[in-house]
Amino acid sequence: MLISVALMLAIIIPVMALTVFFAWRYRAAAESEYDPDWHHSLPLEVVIWAIPLLIVIILGAITWMGTHLLDPYRPLNRISASQPIQTSQQAAQGRERKPLIIQVVALDWKWLFIYPEQGVASVNEVVAPVNQPIEFHITSSSVMNSLFIPALAGQIYAMPGMQTKLNAVINHAGDFDGFSANYSGEGFSGMRFRFKGLEGGGFDDWVRQAREKTEKLGREEYLVLERPSEREKPRQFGTVAPDLFDAVLNMCVDRTKMCMRDMMAMDAKGGGGKEGIHTVMALHYDKTTRRGGEPLGPRPFVTAICSPTDVYGKDGLPARAAN
Amino acid sequence: MNSYPDWWPLVFGRFTFEAIPYHEPILVATFAAVAIGGLGLFALITKLGAWGYLWREWFTSVDHKKIGIMYMVLGIVMLLRGFADALMMRGQQAIAFGANEGYLPPHHYDQIFTAHGVIMIFFVAMPLVTGLMNYVVPLQIGARDVAFPFLNNFSFWMTVGGVVLVMASLFVGEFAKVGWLAYPPLSGKAYSPGVGMDYYLWALQIAGVGTTLSGINLIATIVKMRAPGMDMMKMPVFTWTALCTNVLIVASFPVLAGTVALLTLDRYVGTNFFTNDLGGNPMMYVNLIWIWGHPEVYILILPCFGIYSEVASTFCGKRLFGYASMVYATVVITILSYLVWLHHFFTMGSGASVNSFFGITTMIISIPTGAKIFNWLFTMYRGRIRFELPMMWLLAFMITFVIGGMTGVMLAVPPADFVLHNSLFLIAHFHNVIIGGVVFGAFAGINYWFPKAFGFKLDDFWGKMSFWFWVIGFYVAFMPLYVLGLMGVTRRVNHFDDPSLQIWFVIAAIGAVLILFGILSFLVQIVVSVMNREKLRDVTGDPWNGRTLEWATSSPPPAYNFAFTPMVHDHDSWADMKKRGYQRPLEGFRPIHMPKNTGAGVIISAFATICGLALVWYVWWLAALSFLAIIVTAIAHSFNYDRDYNIPAEEVVREEERRSRALAAARV
Repeated sequence: MLISVALMLAIIIPVMALTVFFAWRYRAAAESEYDPDWHHSLPLEVVIWAIPLLIVIILGAITWMGTHLLDPYRPLNRISASQPIQTSQQAAQGRERKPLIIQVVALDWKWLFIYPEQGVASVNEVVAPVNQPIEFHITSSSVMNSLFIPALAGQIYAMPGMQTKLNAVINHAGDFDGFSANYSGEGFSGMRFRFKGLEGGGFDDWVRQAREKTEKLGREEYLVLERPSEREKPRQFGTVAPDLFDAVLNMCVDRTKMCMRDMMAMDAKGGGGKEGIHTVMALHYDKTTRRGGEPLGPRPFVTAICSPTDVYGKDGLPARAAN
Repeated sequence: MNSYPDWWPLVFGRFTFEAIPYHEPILVATFAAVAIGGLGLFALITKLGAWGYLWREWFTSVDHKKIGIMYMVLGIVMLLRGFADALMMRGQQAIAFGANEGYLPPHHYDQIFTAHGVIMIFFVAMPLVTGLMNYVVPLQIGARDVAFPFLNNFSFWMTVGGVVLVMASLFVGEFAKVGWLAYPPLSGKAYSPGVGMDYYLWALQIAGVGTTLSGINLIATIVKMRAPGMDMMKMPVFTWTALCTNVLIVASFPVLAGTVALLTLDRYVGTNFFTNDLGGNPMMYVNLIWIWGHPEVYILILPCFGIYSEVASTFCGKRLFGYASMVYATVVITILSYLVWLHHFFTMGSGASVNSFFGITTMIISIPTGAKIFNWLFTMYRGRIRFELPMMWLLAFMITFVIGGMTGVMLAVPPADFVLHNSLFLIAHFHNVIIGGVVFGAFAGINYWFPKAFGFKLDDFWGKMSFWFWVIGFYVAFMPLYVLGLMGVTRRVNHFDDPSLQIWFVIAAIGAVLILFGILSFLVQIVVSVMNREKLRDVTGDPWNGRTLEWATSSPPPAYNFAFTPMVHDHDSWADMKKRGYQRPLEGFRPIHMPKNTGAGVIISAFATICGLALVWYVWWLAALSFLAIIVTAIAHSFNYDRDYNIPAEEVVREEERRSRALAAARV
């Protein structure tokens, strides 16, 4: 980055200086050299195309390498500038240093962090041990957001029905700012959270305290939690449904909804044909009325669950609206 | 809450009296000001009995010069609206810290930043560059008008239709609260059910028709109507940039129209192109809108590069350095502008190879742009520079734009963008290139060609006031945003917790006030110049010792532009003609065949605007009726065979003799 700026300044500062110098030197009052027909010079033209071209070639190479090295999807290969991800001793023993996985869901207008391995979850607060590689898996419940913790790493979009990844590590203990960097509606300005890097056993203590909380986060609780709210205080959930993130990602937390994964599998096999029409209601993501959306109009679809004996779901369960 | 009878939705759609924001004091005051101002203007025009004159000579005019001037007036009026939004945002951000929530709730603030972006791009920058191209290009190539004069009038009024919709949203209903590019799913029916998004969609769609048609028009004009002898490589650089710009318009605005249409279908008939569910993909929209959006920024900047080129060679009193490389640079930018769209969303997670590709193509664009800067620089070399206003704007542009270019290349490096994306650094960058490039260019162009359009120069003192306020105001307003962006502050936030940031926002607000003085000085400049027009009068038609054909005719030019189509032998045709001792022809005039004015453009656009309003409010009968009216008027217009006339030779003689007398009087 610094190299790029230096390279560009190397061309920009002379341009600015020359602009001012020529403007002064050749002002009409100065009566200096005047050559109204001078309008072409091959050497100069070569220079003004070649020098920027050279700089861009260098910058391009740096960009290619830098982009691949700092790709947020790429697992880290070192903890800090001086520390590799695993010591040669660990490598010899075949012990891999596993990253801490944190699942992130952007809600209206707050952040949910799920620790699948620890079995706890937290709203508007995310905690990680210092020098521990972290792998964020990110999605969103309704609209697009962007997860950004400036102290930790770059940002990446959180998009509904899609998952992005971010690999990062924190090298200093501390309490840092995190927020959404992509406008997401009315409560966007307050969509902030704390990121804490803890040293020693701090992280384990935090997990232990969280586990002691009696609040649990299952599918039902999630459907309540995802309702719009602003500037929520950080809080923890002692237990989390293990498949919750997967259900959020596939937009089927409400069990009456078909999971995206299943829909895509059906589509990959050629779709559901005419009978597939009956599943439309189960594909409709109809929980938007609380953000001002209109309730689903009456649609001539059967909403039911089918079974091998009851192909069209005539005896099936009636769908329960998530609203 | 009032209750409405059953027939109400059938007649008025979803309009109710609650939609009028009479509980918002800011809007009521604005409405009062607009209403009083509008009534005053209406009364004045009526008192002067000028309606007939305006209708006959301006609104229905197919003369490219008058349409160009109307575009400029539209752009300047909307600049005031867009800038009022900017001032309100700067004010809110300067005070909304900690316990102070500021004076704009999110509901209002979110509309303002959306409206600011939409207005500044579509209804300020676009009319300004289109207006300048409209006015200047036919004159520069020695043509009598554009290729399709009626279409030109229609294009302008469609742009006005878009403006009317955006302005109506201020007082009836609301505007979109989604950011200027309206990313779904936020902009979809599910999360933005109100009328704001529909105003946005129909305003863009209607104005987009005008822009696309004017693009086709100018391409045809430039390709087919150049004066004899002016081959492609002898065209003035401004005409070259206009050609490339209009190629960009014709190739990219249909993408916008299509994208907007798909989102409209999502919102109106329940399709699922960009929804979360049923297989929709919001990121498809983000790709499509930027495939239009990136060329769009070059649509704005290329004509300004052309203005700077004309200004540089005129005020340095020499030929432009490196004409051929200037042309090739323009063409290269035109092509490359289609290969960089993904740099607007590296953070979508496309993967390192895709991101690097788009990062590197973005950097490659800086090569031809850099070549242009060097060409202007070497045009100054061994020149004889006159520091008139257009030249000052050029110098300010050269210094300012390279900073914007550098921060642009920084943002093009994906790892840096992961930190700077959506931050105030980005905001500072694009204002740096749009104000430093497009706005400065528009002011250079206005000061440069005003004497051509009206026959007198603009006042120098107020022009300089405006210049210094704008330039200093720009730096004061946007340098703090670079700093804030590097500190990790994001855009579109209406309240902050960290008090240490406040000082930067206060400085930025002061900068915005300085720019306000710049705009006011510009308005004063015009008023003062009109009052002193006799003193500032130029009868020669060539006040700057210009080099291209538009300076060969009188100021303002006669309706037919040139009594005889000029013959072109070299670059800078007019300078060449002057050097060879050109004599103005004084006899042998013949009748000139010209297009006739028509009201069809105004009428069709009025129906289109009504149709848009009706669709916004779900008044289906009115939408159907006005759509039918559009078709009927268009067909009826096609049967209007009374569309041309001849300016008799005697009138041409009278006009030319009048000029001869004026010239003779001036030489005394």
